[in-house]
Amino acid sequence: MKEIKLNLPFTDAEINSLRANDKVLLSGIVYTARDQAHKRILNLLEHGKPLPFDLRKTAIFYCGPSPAREGRICGAVGPTTSARMDPYTEEMLKAGLRVMIGKGDRSEQTATLIRNYGAVYFAAIGGISAVLSRCIVSCETFLWEDLGAEAIYRMELLNMPVFVSIV
Amino acid sequence: MRFIDTSLIYTAVYETICKISFVCDPQLHEAILEAQHRETEDLPREILGMIIQNHNYASEDIIPLCQDTGTTLIFAEIGTDIHFSGKPFSETIQAATADAQHDCPLRASIVLEPIFERNNSKNNCPAVIHYELVPGDKLRLLVAQKGGGAENMSFMKMLSPSASADTIVDFVAEGVIAAGSRPCPPLILGVGIGGNFEEAPLLAKKALFLDLNGHHQDPRYAELEKRIVAKINHAGCGVQGFGGNNTVLSARIITAPCHIASLPVAVNLQCHVHRHEEIII
Ligand code: SF4
Repeated sequence: MKEIKLNLPFTDAEINSLRANDKVLLSGIVYTARDQAHKRILNLLEHGKPLPFDLRKTAIFYCGPSPAREGRICGAVGPTTSARMDPYTEEMLKAGLRVMIGKGDRSEQTATLIRNYGAVYFAAIGGISAVLSRCIVSCETFLWEDLGAEAIYRMELLNMPVFVSIV
Repeated sequence: MRFIDTSLIYTAVYETICKISFVCDPQLHEAILEAQHRETEDLPREILGMIIQNHNYASEDIIPLCQDTGTTLIFAEIGTDIHFSGKPFSETIQAATADAQHDCPLRASIVLEPIFERNNSKNNCPAVIHYELVPGDKLRLLVAQKGGGAENMSFMKMLSPSASADTIVDFVAEGVIAAGSRPCPPLILGVGIGGNFEEAPLLAKKALFLDLNGHHQDPRYAELEKRIVAKINHAGCGVQGFGGNNTVLSARIITAPCHIASLPVAVNLQCHVHRHEEIII
């Protein structure tokens, strides 16, 4: 098992060099999105409206953090089940997304799409929020605050452990 | 007749929700250490190590064990000799749930309307409460913070009354294996056998509160518990789907009488954060 340090955004060569089960310590800016945020993103795309961030240059982290205690950078951070985002993934890939982080398997169809687009899906470990939260350098609500935990948060990661699941 | 002021219940439930959200159950911690010891493959062993580290960091940093801080679930066994004074019982539980969410803080994970608005209640209320009357003057509360991932993979079926023990082992094992990594293995399983359409799932949920290392008092059911664990662990999903032999740490069965035409079987999946506690007042 290899352990690789990588910074977002990735080059195509970096994605191509990854192999299933590689452990990656991931750094850089990611945006969180769960079911509701995906619906809204797709709605923007459908209407030809620009997204407020460049999907190509970042990663989408399927995550709804818990609120931060006072004086803390973030609350508990961890992945939610990625398979629930499968129905939105093709549109997201079309719009430029190349890096996804979540928990668990994807459907066969989604896995094929991810490979065809030269994208990568990382599995983060569920239920280790205290470990993952130590890898968050900054966290702010970025968009759709009304969605609460389902809003889009902009997070900066430093060496967050994830495992290559689909590439 | 014993009087219990519900403010006592408020405090106990509030403190329990906060505690189980941050502090790992010692028995579960032991079970993970043992699993790590047993594990033969590198990747799942490393992930078990991260889970152990999480237990330590969560209490050190006062950060929830998991970002899905769960639905508050309470089984209330109420002695019939008790008279409650103060605020109504259920209001007390809801207040403890809301205040724990606000103060810890925990994630507000409950929507009030399930299909159309899916509007968040913003305080994690309502808690789910099941009531049972029992003889005596004690109040026993089983409290859990139950995550959505594992709950979503839970399942039940009305089996044919002639189903054999083998069929039941297969049914439980196949359902859990099909769930793959989604319920966040290593898992604890609660299995309810018998009762009816609503009782079997309640028994399954209640079985999650039994001793992880214990076994059913009827050796035939104890055998079923062991076979379920062995069959699932043999299938190789493993810790978080990364292989190895630790998909399930424990399976516990509770049974109940049932109709001559029925054999309900329900399986409640519990993830490895396993936030639960018993309160006796
Ligand atoms: S299933 Fe359990 S460990 Fe996994 S994300 Fe949900 S609460 Fe956390």
